[in-house]
Amino acid sequence: MSFFDKFLNKKKPPATIAKERLQIILAHERVSLAPNYNSSKPNWIDLMKDDLMEVIAKYTKIGKEDLKINIEKRDNLDLLEINITLPEHHDGEE
Amino acid sequence: MAKTIVVTSGKGGVGKTTTSASISTGLALRGYKTVVIDFDVGLRNLDLIMGCERRVVFDFVNVINEEVSLHQALIKDKSCDNLFILAASQTKDKESLNKEGVAKVINELSKMFDYIICDSPAGIEQGAYLALYFADEAIVVTNPEVSSVRDSDRILGIIASKSKRAEEGLEKTKTHLLITRYNPERVKLGEMLSIKDVEDILRIPLLGVILESPDVLQASNTGIPVINQKNSKASECYKDAISRLLGEEKPYRYIEVEKKGILNKIFGGSR
Repeated sequence: MSFFDKFLNKKKPPATIAKERLQIILAHERVSLAPNYNSSKPNWIDLMKDDLMEVIAKYTKIGKEDLKINIEKRDNLDLLEINITLPEHHDGEE
Repeated sequence: MAKTIVVTSGKGGVGKTTTSASISTGLALRGYKTVVIDFDVGLRNLDLIMGCERRVVFDFVNVINEEVSLHQALIKDKSCDNLFILAASQTKDKESLNKEGVAKVINELSKMFDYIICDSPAGIEQGAYLALYFADEAIVVTNPEVSSVRDSDRILGIIASKSKRAEEGLEKTKTHLLITRYNPERVKLGEMLSIKDVEDILRIPLLGVILESPDVLQASNTGIPVINQKNSKASECYKDAISRLLGEEKPYRYIEVEKKGILNKIFGGSR
């Protein structure tokens, strides 16, 4: 690396690249590989989805496709996103 | 009842056997009656690292197959009265280990010892699975390097879902992170994952950081666990890890780059 390259170098340090690559691949593998460890048990996201459906169904009618759950990794935290699409004519509490 | 601790990693060559030798020696030196078992059937090496290779007559598989008693197979460590080694078989294959057999041996050992250290083979097959299956605690040995971190994550997943404690819904296996082959200079240069990077990714409590050191090769050459090496930073790192394993607070030593002399500062480049 020449003197000027060092000055102009805006590249990320290799350790930072390593960390980012690991965070991305592991976020995927934790979800995709985890259920295989014990195939008789469903993944916890599916279990939570069923529970949420049960609670929501007490108050309003939604279908399975109206409840979307997503897990994302941002910096140091896992972000759990739950998106519920309510039906057009829902009454909520009567 | 003994506490059973597995030393595992997924990836090979990261320092599992070196760690098993030093952790078991360290616990024995602290006065705990300790046994260390080599689960790497077919590729035994713990005996070499412990320096007892010429005294192996019977092994773990002989005990499982009830060909000999446990007392006949246990090898007393040459330097430490509280320490015993159960060697792996070299002639049998990995399938010689079965859950019932291992359970029986661990059960019997737990009546005689305070600590049972299980030295896991690399990989995620039978030997590695049985080494972690009965563990109360797990020391996950990780190098600050992408493939090692990924494999550690995989092993943590297996501990969390396939161990005896997971299957029986008992209290979770307590997991510890042990970072080995750590080089503070390379971390400072941004060439190596830092302690914090590895902690952020694996998210388990840190037990120790073992410096990359020529003493480790020296130790295996001579068959003396590195923790017994005099004037060795790697040895001190293992002693600190033992203290933390026993619940003591210990500051982390040697993890920063050592201060250079004034001449080095001037002529030693930008870093």
